[in-house]
Amino acid sequence: MTQAVTALPNVAAPASRSLSRWEFWGRLFVVPYLLVFIVFVLYPVGYGLWLARHPASYTKLFDDPIFFRSAINTIVFLVVAINLKMIVALVLSGFFIKTRWWIKALSVVFILPWAVPSIPTILSVRFMLNPEWGVINSVIFRLTGLDGPNWLNDPTLALSLSMLMHIWKSLPFWTLILVAGRLSIPSEQYEAASVDGASNWQKFRFITWPAMRTLYITSTILSAIWTLGDFNSVYLLTGGGPADLTHVLATLGIRYLRLDQMDVAMASIVVALPLILPLVYFMMKRLSK
Amino acid sequence: MKRWTLRSVTAEAKLLLIGIPVFLWTIIPVYHMFIFAISERESATSGRLWPKNPTLQNFETVFQQKHFYLSHFWQQLGNSLVIAIAAGLITLIVATTAAFAISRLRVRGGRTVLNMALFTYFIPAAFLAVPMYKTMANYGLLNNQWSLILAMVTIASPYCIWVLKQASDKLPYELDEAARMDGATPVQLFRLVYLPLMVPSMVAVGTYALLLAWNEYLYAFLLLSNETDITLGVALGNFLAADDSPWELLMATGFVYALPPAAIYYAFKRYMVGGLTAGAVKS
Repeated sequence: MTQAVTALPNVAAPASRSLSRWEFWGRLFVVPYLLVFIVFVLYPVGYGLWLARHPASYTKLFDDPIFFRSAINTIVFLVVAINLKMIVALVLSGFFIKTRWWIKALSVVFILPWAVPSIPTILSVRFMLNPEWGVINSVIFRLTGLDGPNWLNDPTLALSLSMLMHIWKSLPFWTLILVAGRLSIPSEQYEAASVDGASNWQKFRFITWPAMRTLYITSTILSAIWTLGDFNSVYLLTGGGPADLTHVLATLGIRYLRLDQMDVAMASIVVALPLILPLVYFMMKRLSK
Repeated sequence: MKRWTLRSVTAEAKLLLIGIPVFLWTIIPVYHMFIFAISERESATSGRLWPKNPTLQNFETVFQQKHFYLSHFWQQLGNSLVIAIAAGLITLIVATTAAFAISRLRVRGGRTVLNMALFTYFIPAAFLAVPMYKTMANYGLLNNQWSLILAMVTIASPYCIWVLKQASDKLPYELDEAARMDGATPVQLFRLVYLPLMVPSMVAVGTYALLLAWNEYLYAFLLLSNETDITLGVALGNFLAADDSPWELLMATGFVYALPPAAIYYAFKRYMVGGLTAGAVKS
């Protein structure tokens, strides 16, 4: 009796074999990416965390006055630059969906900062800011007869300029994202609102913002994560100077790396994880729906 | 013929009030780079708004490698090109196969793979750079161009997989089912059904990876150091080593370096805008 019962599953075998062929190929197709992930993400992250295991690294890190300065710079950078950038992106998204010919032409030019490499453009700005022969101070002198400030030698000015540089570079991308968001709002809603006599502000508050709110917040969070990793805007403009006063966490890790202090470099990154990981988790929840 | 009412003129003026500053803000660093590149040495550092004797001489110096910092210009330009193309192609392969498996073949664990990809996408690149440097050293790949290529593939793939998956999810499954009923193998499904339909997204994604690799500075700077192996971007950074470097040559080289990505972006703009925003906005 039991023999007959156990014989049945074998009859079903051919069907499961063809299923597993597709499953097999499915897994094979994922292998290239898995390899990349294991070899170049999992291993480095694991190895990095392992390098940061000594408490002594953290003592060294916290004893370094540059670290605290960098942490503060980073927080200022995040809070100011990102919100400024996203608000401007929101405003400009309303500007760029208008259908004038010159606005369309402008939107083509507007992408340039994002598309071209950072190093020539940031260095171009660095030269504009040169206190002796830069264009900006020359114009100031010609207009007022006064010497312009030594832009990159003042830590506050230098950090602010780095923030402006970061905004210059990343604003087009976020504006584009928000434009896409705006385009998905049906225009009938605006027309109906106009018929009802709504002002522009009311239209924004009751139509645009509710529709855009989720995208705006998601974009802000993602922008925060990426801004944490913006090495170029600070390094190429100020080099972390003057006197290591404009370092942010992104440039700090590299600074320790180049001083051959790998353990402290990794410690500086691990210290930032409590800030990054919740943001990453939040983003993953948002996007993997 | 548009009627110029007071209302329409003020509306237009308000738009120009936004448009003109936006234009100036966007173009000034690029314009400055350009005028620096066409200036002579003395005129460049005199803070003028337009060079006294605009010249193409700087470009000649660059292309003929006539200066110490430029002695390997063509080699470095070639390196940038090779690395960018290789990164773009490999990313494309890695991302299309993974997206196909996750989206069409519905492989088990596909959600997990996607999450792994998203996780990588969200790690700030500068943070990954430090352990990546040590890792490449451990693999013996430092100063080998493959280290940069593979690092770029690692960084670009997640977003590409994401975008491709989003686009692929929009394709009806009836196509796959019809193909399967006709006896298609998985590889045939990939080659004959999936790939042709995904071409616009693939162009967007490949271009994105290529531009990312070309424009990259930090990883190139960390992973490559030989003068003959570095990319053009890193070579530009080397100009900063001295205080009296020929800045006008730097800007000229920078201008040459900035042209290809701008040109490529504009050439593929149609694909880029649609492809990339599709990954961000779930319609």
